[in-house]
Amino acid sequence: MYGIGIVKGLRTTMKHFIRTYTVDWNFSDKLTEENLLERQSLKSAAGIISVNYPDEKLPMPERFRFVPFLVMNDPAPGQKAGDDWCTSCGICAKVCPPQCIWIERGKLPNGRPKPQPEQFYIDIDICMNCGYCSEFCPFDAIKMDHDYELASYDRSSAHIHDKERLSKPISYWRAIAPERAAGEEAIRTAEEEAKAAKKAARGKK
Amino acid sequence: MAAPEIEVNDVEAPAVDPVEGAVAALREKFPDLTDDPRPNYTGLMVPPDQLLAVAGELKNQLGFEYLSSVTGADLIEDDKMEVIYHTYNLEKGGGAVVLKTQVGRSNPEVPSLSNMWEGANFQEREAYDLLGINFEGHPDMRRILMWDGFVGHPLRKDWKEAFWEGDEKPFKSRWPGGEVFRAEERNAFGKNVKYPVDWAFNAESLTDTDDEIYGGLTIQRQQAKTDIRTDNVTVNIGPQHPSTHGVFRMVVTMDGETITDLQPVMGYLHRNHEKIGERNTFLGNIPYTDRLDYLSSMSNNHGYVLAIEKLLGVTPPERAEWIRILMVELTRMVNHLWALGFLLNDIGALQTPMLYLTIERELILDLFEATSGTRMMCNYMRFGGLAYDLPREVRGQEIYKFLDELVLERLPKIMDELDYYISGNEIIRERSIGIGVLTREQAINYSTCGPVLRGSGVKYDVRKAEPYSYYEHLDFDIPTESAGDVYARYWVRVKEMYESLRILRQVLPHLKETDGARTHADDKPAYAIRVPKGGDAYGRVENPKGELGYYVMTKPKGTNPERYHIRAPSFINLTPLGLMSRGDKIADLVVVLGSIDIVLGETDR
Repeated sequence: MYGIGIVKGLRTTMKHFIRTYTVDWNFSDKLTEENLLERQSLKSAAGIISVNYPDEKLPMPERFRFVPFLVMNDPAPGQKAGDDWCTSCGICAKVCPPQCIWIERGKLPNGRPKPQPEQFYIDIDICMNCGYCSEFCPFDAIKMDHDYELASYDRSSAHIHDKERLSKPISYWRAIAPERAAGEEAIRTAEEEAKAAKKAARGKK
Repeated sequence: MAAPEIEVNDVEAPAVDPVEGAVAALREKFPDLTDDPRPNYTGLMVPPDQLLAVAGELKNQLGFEYLSSVTGADLIEDDKMEVIYHTYNLEKGGGAVVLKTQVGRSNPEVPSLSNMWEGANFQEREAYDLLGINFEGHPDMRRILMWDGFVGHPLRKDWKEAFWEGDEKPFKSRWPGGEVFRAEERNAFGKNVKYPVDWAFNAESLTDTDDEIYGGLTIQRQQAKTDIRTDNVTVNIGPQHPSTHGVFRMVVTMDGETITDLQPVMGYLHRNHEKIGERNTFLGNIPYTDRLDYLSSMSNNHGYVLAIEKLLGVTPPERAEWIRILMVELTRMVNHLWALGFLLNDIGALQTPMLYLTIERELILDLFEATSGTRMMCNYMRFGGLAYDLPREVRGQEIYKFLDELVLERLPKIMDELDYYISGNEIIRERSIGIGVLTREQAINYSTCGPVLRGSGVKYDVRKAEPYSYYEHLDFDIPTESAGDVYARYWVRVKEMYESLRILRQVLPHLKETDGARTHADDKPAYAIRVPKGGDAYGRVENPKGELGYYVMTKPKGTNPERYHIRAPSFINLTPLGLMSRGDKIADLVVVLGSIDIVLGETDR
């Protein structure tokens, strides 16, 4: 019958309209941060599934990647910065597709290169958040951040991140990506143990 | 629902390879044809004066009636220009018969194939625009991506932009002076244009040769058949118009409300992706491919990775292949949900169906985010595998539970619902049936691909014709519709999504089976990738929008592609837009455009 398709459409729209109240019914007045994930789960995500950003935010998955940061040791009490993990080997700068990383390598008093960056710049205007730097860093010294709220008032001064801005303590990485941080740590300790065992074996000979 | 059992290695090879048969027949008739003499290169070298005859034989006698890709290459060391054609047999499937023709570099002239294959029209214009190859006999030899006053041909190897930094990445230093400045300062507005040496600004010399077509609104007096004086009006739609799906412009000539002529104008988003790709390392190109068709980055990755894997000779492990298929088919769902939503939006079902479909799209994007780290710019596939295995959890749910629920419950439900309230809707049917008709012959001749080709009744799908990954082990059909109108294309997309669900149901048990297995061929993936032997390769996949092809040429031990070309489905599917919309009303134009489903990131590259 002509017109039945339109009636079907209206019926569906009505159904969806009613369903927008399911969140209110199911969770009544308990729209808390704790049940955010439950509200968003496949079972209950229907009707309105949007999140009231910025009042509530979805937790980022561990692999979420935004502009990179540099890992440093947790600063000692009273100190501003800890030791960098970066050895300024330059692999991240080489593998970076838009070439937005610039490292200045430091020098020891005897003129030899210091395995630490003097300066480290990332031009976040052209950083494409591909994550290659952290993927190929052999020292786990550069990681992708979860902080996506980077809006600033002045792009001409705020969009080149220097070492001070980039450096974040390892405890931060452990907090935002506990599983990955633990996995990396296990690999590092295994490698160190293997090295130590090798050294011990050599010493015995 | 139990997945059907799949036997690996149960596929029979065809008795006679159609490509070999055709090549043998060609060589018999044209003794001047030779194989490409360079090691690891494939294709037939055709002298330019025989090109038309060879192509005609291939098209009319040997059944290779589909000209998929036309591109050029600048062989600066040999002082030559090369044009490369990929033709396919639509009925028998299989690989391509590749024709190559070389001409001198100083004044490259090649006979145009666009009178034989309309689909060559835009692609030859692109080769002229970017490489400066002249196609004799082409009906409309103008620039297509760069603007009319542009000087030079940017894909030539000796062309350098005003802010040139280096021929190959990694650059020695982005800041050679030693002080940091923002990339934008180098490439400031107005400073990135190169003018000829003796050029001086002269307002009087600024004449637009296309005034008649592009001059905004022009009116021509014309006597209609009915003896009533009518005007033909030319109107620009776009580039800033919400219904053109991006910065895309259509110059429409109308008789009343009926479209008599249409010229698509593109290139507003052109960034010379191919030049960037030729300077970039192989690995560095993967995130750039995300930005082609930014709605389906996973399958863009897949095509590029396949092409380079052909050159490198690596095969990914089993689990990686299953995850690839999972991601690519989910991408197809994502893309079609989006495309249908916007098609319905264009038809007049404003926003409502689109928002309903977006809910499910959002769930899939959450899976992408948890797996690869980003919702849309996934950068997930690597040569010989994947960047990561599947995550343990998505949205607080265990991964396989999430996938089961998504694939077996939620997606089929939304599909059934869409079918229920849209497919039979009278308004939708009246707005789309008989609109934008493309016949079977036209669809083939214009090199259209994907749902546009299948909506015109051609049963052709790269996943079946030249299976890649594990598609040969999967059981699915190619949905086709014979009408060739907007409704047929809508319907093909809906059916394709059901087929994707069918594939996904078969993939899920394999994922559970191979849980924990490796996802990359190497233990420690390398970042400095070299292609040991060099050569050329063409990797193609069935993207949601159609056949996406990557043509890559590289030197022995090359770290970056010598030539990197993309056969973009959105770009080539626009070739018949004028033909499809001619005779329709202006209000139907956006519907026709929506039914092609273009993404400007890929069209303009």
